[in-house]
Amino acid sequence: MLLVVEQFLNGLQFGLLLFLLAAGLTLVFGIMDLVNLAHGSLYMMGAYFAATFVAWTGSFVLGAVLALGATLLLGVVLEFTALRHLYGRDHLDHVLATFGLILFFNEAVRLIWGPAGLALPLPSWLAFPVTILPGIQYPAYRLAIIVVALLVALLLYLGVMRTRIGMLIRAGASNREMIGALGINIKLLYTLVFGLGAALAGLAGLMQAPILTVQIGMGENILILAFVVIVIGGIGSIRGAFIAAIMIGLIDTMGRAFLPNLLRQVLNSASASTAAPALSSMLIYLLMAIVLVARPEGLFPANRR
Amino acid sequence: MKSQLNVSSIVAIMVVAGLVLLPVYSNLTGNIFILTLFTRIVILALAAVSLNLIMGYGGMMSFGHAAYLGIGGYAVGILAQEGIGSGWAQFAVAIAVSALYALVIGALSLRTRGVYFIMITLAFAQMAYYVASGLARYGGDDGLTVYKRSDFGGLINLGNRVQFYYLCLACLLAVVVLVWRIVNSRFGLVLQGLRSNEQRMQAIGFPSKRYKLACFVIAGMLCGLSGALLANNTDFVSPAVMYWTRSGDLMVMVILGGMGTLMGPVVGSVVFLVLEEVLSQLTEYWALIMGPLLLLIVLFGRGGIMGMLGRVNRG
Repeated sequence: MLLVVEQFLNGLQFGLLLFLLAAGLTLVFGIMDLVNLAHGSLYMMGAYFAATFVAWTGSFVLGAVLALGATLLLGVVLEFTALRHLYGRDHLDHVLATFGLILFFNEAVRLIWGPAGLALPLPSWLAFPVTILPGIQYPAYRLAIIVVALLVALLLYLGVMRTRIGMLIRAGASNREMIGALGINIKLLYTLVFGLGAALAGLAGLMQAPILTVQIGMGENILILAFVVIVIGGIGSIRGAFIAAIMIGLIDTMGRAFLPNLLRQVLNSASASTAAPALSSMLIYLLMAIVLVARPEGLFPANRR
Repeated sequence: MKSQLNVSSIVAIMVVAGLVLLPVYSNLTGNIFILTLFTRIVILALAAVSLNLIMGYGGMMSFGHAAYLGIGGYAVGILAQEGIGSGWAQFAVAIAVSALYALVIGALSLRTRGVYFIMITLAFAQMAYYVASGLARYGGDDGLTVYKRSDFGGLINLGNRVQFYYLCLACLLAVVVLVWRIVNSRFGLVLQGLRSNEQRMQAIGFPSKRYKLACFVIAGMLCGLSGALLANNTDFVSPAVMYWTRSGDLMVMVILGGMGTLMGPVVGSVVFLVLEEVLSQLTEYWALIMGPLLLLIVLFGRGGIMGMLGRVNRG
């Protein structure tokens, strides 16, 4: 019971982090029609910025805020210098160009911060366990991640569904030419959306940083998961991304936690312990394949044609 | 194509001539390293040519093509470990299993289109990657060493560098010719028709999915062959050859050289891998140059290298 609750919360926390990444990715994808493989690099940069700024300022919150600003700025610069010129091009051009950006960012990080990873210490005021249910304790920092991510998701939802800019964003996702014809400055909107996506990715990176080590290539694995999320959710749909992210987070975490024991009942323990991690990593891809075979446009297609 | 001797075909001929004469150069200068490098290049060029068949001519953007490299490689590695050293058996199994895999995932993936197709092929390749990581008997994550290269009797000795290089090159050229024949056959014309307008082709009465699936399977088989050669080249196969960045590498080679052109993928592979090698000898931080270079090529060089050469030709 204790383990189930704990793993459920871990899964929820991972899912929410995935949502932060996927939200930016799905907006950029849905509105600008840009496949941005470098989104994972922004996540990585967020973590590196946070580790650096926290060490500088000595305060976790201040460092995090600075890192968030830096990632946002980086996103805007990136959009302005490179990605802006890719809109309207073939998806394959996007893949190639942003693949180049991944190479660049990984190498730049190696040059600036060195090949060894960084560690971002847990803020001391969050480094204690909280009793969530009688007899069940959970790290406060992970709870904080859940709370912050839920808040951001709520803000994002309100922002997209209830504000004028959000309305423009939604309009952009369903018909780009039309809102341009109605006199909206699309270029500015695009830069804004990209910056927002970058900041969300940076936020995910810096919140994850104290739990994992900050290292080169940390963005690539999670990027693919984020892509799985937006494809399952339906490209361009924030609601779809949210539901799919929680699903993936739970399935991935619960699979990793409980599959080894389940497998051990049918296989001998040696082959079970090698097969289980592989099988649990496979689960989400299996889910994606099943979803796509059954519903080729994802669970919540944003723009039905 | 008005004149047969335009700039891009001259470049293509020069590349082929260079590849054929490379062992002579390596022998004369005693530079063995360049032969090893180019063996790898030729093998990966074969994979890129097969990817170009579905991507460039069939319009199917597969982001999971490296899976076949792994399947081909593991067919060789697993059979070798189980004591079946015959190259005929190993290569036949490599190609057959690749065909089967392509048939199954193709039938499922072709239900989707566009970006969803890119992502579902990626998902299947990642599944293959994790299956390979879970093969405890065959090394799991650490990979599998191939202690003995495929044995083709007295016909050809894969242990001999030059013979192995020429085998790979012969396979590459044969595959290029095969793709050329396919593309210009009725089948290939239907395929290219589907790429430009699938609805119209369906209205004319072509069963579009069957044509695409056949093309997908052919490409998978060719890449499986490449995988079998690759395992022989490195004497090693690991799940890493199937990882999604490897599929990305293959895509880069195709797009860099020129998608939908016959020799584009070959030129692209040579340029990409040689550049990687040269830059990594120049500086430890080679990717710092390679990354922006790719970006610039996309921004200013539409149609890849072959596309740029085509424009030179037109003046």
